[in-house]
This record gives sequence, C-alpha cells and structure tokens, in this order.
Amino acid sequence: MIQTIAFYLFAALVVASGTLTILARNPVHSVLWLILAFFNAAGLMILVGAEFIAMLLVIVYVGAVAVLFLFVVMMLDIDFAELRAGFAQYLPFGILLVLVLAAEMIFAIGAWKAGGIDMGSRIAPTPSEVPNIEAIGTLIYTRYLYIFEGAGLILLVALVGAIVLTHRTRGGVKAQNVTAQNMRRPEDAIRNVKPAVGQGVEL
Amino acid sequence: MTALFESWGLPYDWAWFVSTMIGILVIALPLMLAVAMIIYADRKIWAAMALRRGPNVVGPWGLLQSFADGAKVFLQETIIPAAANKGLFLIAPIITFTVALIVWAVIPFAPGVVLADINIGLLYVLAASSIGVYGVIIAGWASNSKYPFYSALRAAAQMVSYEVSIGFVLISVVLWTGSFNMSAIVEGQRAHIFGFINGYGFNPLLFPMAVVFLISAMAETARTPFDLTEAESELVAGYQTEYSSMSFALYWLGEYANVILMCGLNAILFWGGWLPPVDWAPLYMVPGIIWFFAKLLFFFFVFSWVKATVPRYRYDQLMRLGWKVFLPLSLFWVFLVSGWLMLTRYGV
Repeated sequence: MIQTIAFYLFAALVVASGTLTILARNPVHSVLWLILAFFNAAGLMILVGAEFIAMLLVIVYVGAVAVLFLFVVMMLDIDFAELRAGFAQYLPFGILLVLVLAAEMIFAIGAWKAGGIDMGSRIAPTPSEVPNIEAIGTLIYTRYLYIFEGAGLILLVALVGAIVLTHRTRGGVKAQNVTAQNMRRPEDAIRNVKPAVGQGVEL
Repeated sequence: MTALFESWGLPYDWAWFVSTMIGILVIALPLMLAVAMIIYADRKIWAAMALRRGPNVVGPWGLLQSFADGAKVFLQETIIPAAANKGLFLIAPIITFTVALIVWAVIPFAPGVVLADINIGLLYVLAASSIGVYGVIIAGWASNSKYPFYSALRAAAQMVSYEVSIGFVLISVVLWTGSFNMSAIVEGQRAHIFGFINGYGFNPLLFPMAVVFLISAMAETARTPFDLTEAESELVAGYQTEYSSMSFALYWLGEYANVILMCGLNAILFWGGWLPPVDWAPLYMVPGIIWFFAKLLFFFFVFSWVKATVPRYRYDQLMRLGWKVFLPLSLFWVFLVSGWLMLTRYGV
C-alpha cells in the first residue's frame, strides 16, 4: 500500500519535473527541476531495492554535477530571446532524437517482455541477502575489473584534459608562496630600531 | 514498536507508518530543544573565552535566552524583497532545515536505538549533506541581491570542496570496518587498540583522518574559522541577508542542528559512539546514550573553542587547505589504510 503510494508519488514527480525542466522559462528553474527529477529517480531506485545506486545518484548527480550546473547557469548572462530563436532550427533534430529514444525504449521493454534472454545465462542473478554494495563490489572488482579500471582511466584523462585546456598562466599576477610564508621566522621579518626623536624610520 | 501497533489490530504497513512517525517526533522535537540549549551553551562558552558574561538576563543564568530569541523572531514580520524570486526564496530555508533534520534518521544513539538501521547509513549522511548546499545556493540566487549571491557562490564552492575530503576520510573508516552501517562502525571500534581501548581515533593510522574530519566538519558547517559564507565584514550577513523572521530562524536552527550532527558523527566515526572510552565492564553500566552525548558535547565544546580563538581564514587559504592539503592527504591515507589492511587483515 505505502509502496504503491510512494511509487506513484515518485514516478509522477519525475515525469512532472522532467517536463518542467524543458518548459521552465528561466534556466535556473530548469536546473532546479532537473535536480528534483534526479532526487525522485533516486527514490524510485530505493523502491526497487537498489539503494546503493540511489545514494550514488544523489551524491554524484545532485551533490556534485547539478551544483556545478547551477553554479554556471546562475552566473551566465543568458539572452532568452536568442535561445528561443534557435528553437525551430533544432526542432527536427530534437524530434529525431526523441523518436530514437522512444523506439529503443519500446524495443527494450518488448524484448524483456518476450523473455528472450534466459535468466540463467545472466552473469549475476540479483542476490537477496547480500547487500547492494557487496554485490556490486564483487562483480566490478572481479569480472569487470579491466572495464572498470578503463572507465576510471578515461575519467582521469578527461580531468587532466579539462585542466590542461583551460589552465593558463599569466604573468604579473601577485600570488602567495605559502611555503615561504610559513618558513619565515620573526627574526627575518622584524627589525628593532630606536630612532631619535623627530627622525622617523626608513622603510 | 511496529509489532506493538500490529498487536492493536493495524495492518503491517500502517503500523510501520505510525511507529516511524512517532520515532521521527521522538528524535526531532528533543533535537530542536537541544539546538536551543546548544546555542545558549555556544554563546556562554564564547563569552567566557572573551572574558564576558554572555546571556544572563532571561531566566536563571540566562537559560531561557534562546527561547526569548525564538519568540522574538517568531513575532516578526516575514519580509520578502520585491525583486526576489518568491517561491524559491521561501523554499530555500525549508530545504536547509529539513536536510539538517533528516540526517538524524541514521544516527545510532545507543545499541539498537536508531530510527533507520540501514546498511548504507554513511552514504545516506553524505547524500543528505550534499543536498544541504542547495538551501544556501537557492537562497543566494532567489534573494536577487549581490551580497547573498556572492555568499551563495562561496558556500557552494566551499561545501563541495570539503565534501570531497570528508568522503575520503569516511572511506578509510569504512575500509577499516568493512561496512557502511553506522552501528557496525561503532561496534567495530570495541576494544580496537590493545584489546581494551574503544575508538578508531586512538589508532595511529586513523588519527590523522580524525583531525582532517574535525577540520573539514567545521568547513562543511561553515563555522568559524571557515565562516566565509557569512563574513559580516564583507558580506553583511551572507546568504541570509534578505531573510527575516521565521525564515531566518530556520537557517539558524538548521545550521546548529548540522553542527551538532557533525559533532555526533565525529564521536561515532572515530571516538567510539555509544561505547565507553575503555572496554571495561563497570563503564558499561552507564547507558550508551550518555557516553554518546558526552562525546558529542565535548566536540561541540571544541567547535566553540575554535570559534572563540581562531581568526577567520581568507577565501584562497580556505580553498588551498581543501584542495591542496586535505584532498591529497586523505587520498594518500585511503591508499595507506587499504594497503595496511591488505597486508595485515586480508593477506596479499
């Protein structure tokens, strides 16, 4: 009963916030609706028993990716009229994308309903007693180790690449050398002087 | 408690619902009272360190000061700036406050005394704290005013940065315990050192992580010396500049609830939670919840102590500490801890 209510609540909210992400006029609102959609998708994940994925969805997407989205969108000066002008131009491409996605979904659901894949031939049947994290961990660190490490490597390369592409060194910037500051002793920085009255000190 | 309601003739899911609701109230209401008293304690400690008296007028020894402040704030008018984004402006404090409360669901107060004993407890804490930043960002943006906006940008960068190092600290603790469950983490600390000292913090390999966690917790809750988000000399009052009345009070309560939570996490992750400091039978006569609160309050005292004595960091220093010091250090420590465990526990 409560599961059913929760499912319909989360599902309706995902659909509604997904729609509003597209319809919102203000890009910041769009991002916020997107975050709500992520969050409710995490709720759906918990309902199907994939609590690890749900938490990752919240930590990674809501906590990191969407914060950066929001960060950028908030600071951008976006001209809405210009954005609307490009709408017709991208419409055919958008429709094509939607059709492909819809076809794939229908195909996947149809194949699943047809029961073509023998359940026994699946690599890992979902264990009921083992917690999510252990089940995923044993799978990705044994069978899929190389693929997993490869994915990690790609992310690392992307990270380094992003820094290399955007990092620029400018001359004439006043920066602090923290090590030098920490190494300074009072003797180096302080000078005791006893100036005569009316003479002042030389700096 | 679910079984009790079931015996009264309720179906299982409604019995579960009612007992969970009662559990939430049993945690949230005392928490609000605790926040009021801890604000008083904070001000008293702070005053004592500055050789002042602190609040001493309302009630005996000023004990009712927080309630007087609460009543004052409650009776004020809620002002919404004309240029503000009204809906988001009102939602933002609610997000902060709610997120500060929901984390308490997985905190074990004593053996078995926890609302949701889930096996991903620590991930839940991380997830909730990563939502917390939205209350601040949305407030800054929706206020449509420059100081809150600067503050929101600072807060977002600060919280995201320190969450990274907190994540790695948590991973080294989880590696040692082998579980994300908070109760299992506390139990894992029983007789951890020499067979009689409870607490990961006494482990020389994990002690540096305890220090990193304490400092990161201060940055994560934006307490002095890392309260750049509400640096009054630069940003008026930070992201809450435009807020008044109860919407301001919600930030206030949420902030302190988060501080208490971080103190509690410190106690749970490194100093043995509800376990007494030494694994000695007579000490177990004291209920676990008292040990837990004693440790929590000790760390709150440390937070206040730091607030009273350490000057505020500059923003670039804050970022440097997070990214150039804590991140490499904690990453290296994850490597070190897992290497040590491979050598000693699992065998190469």
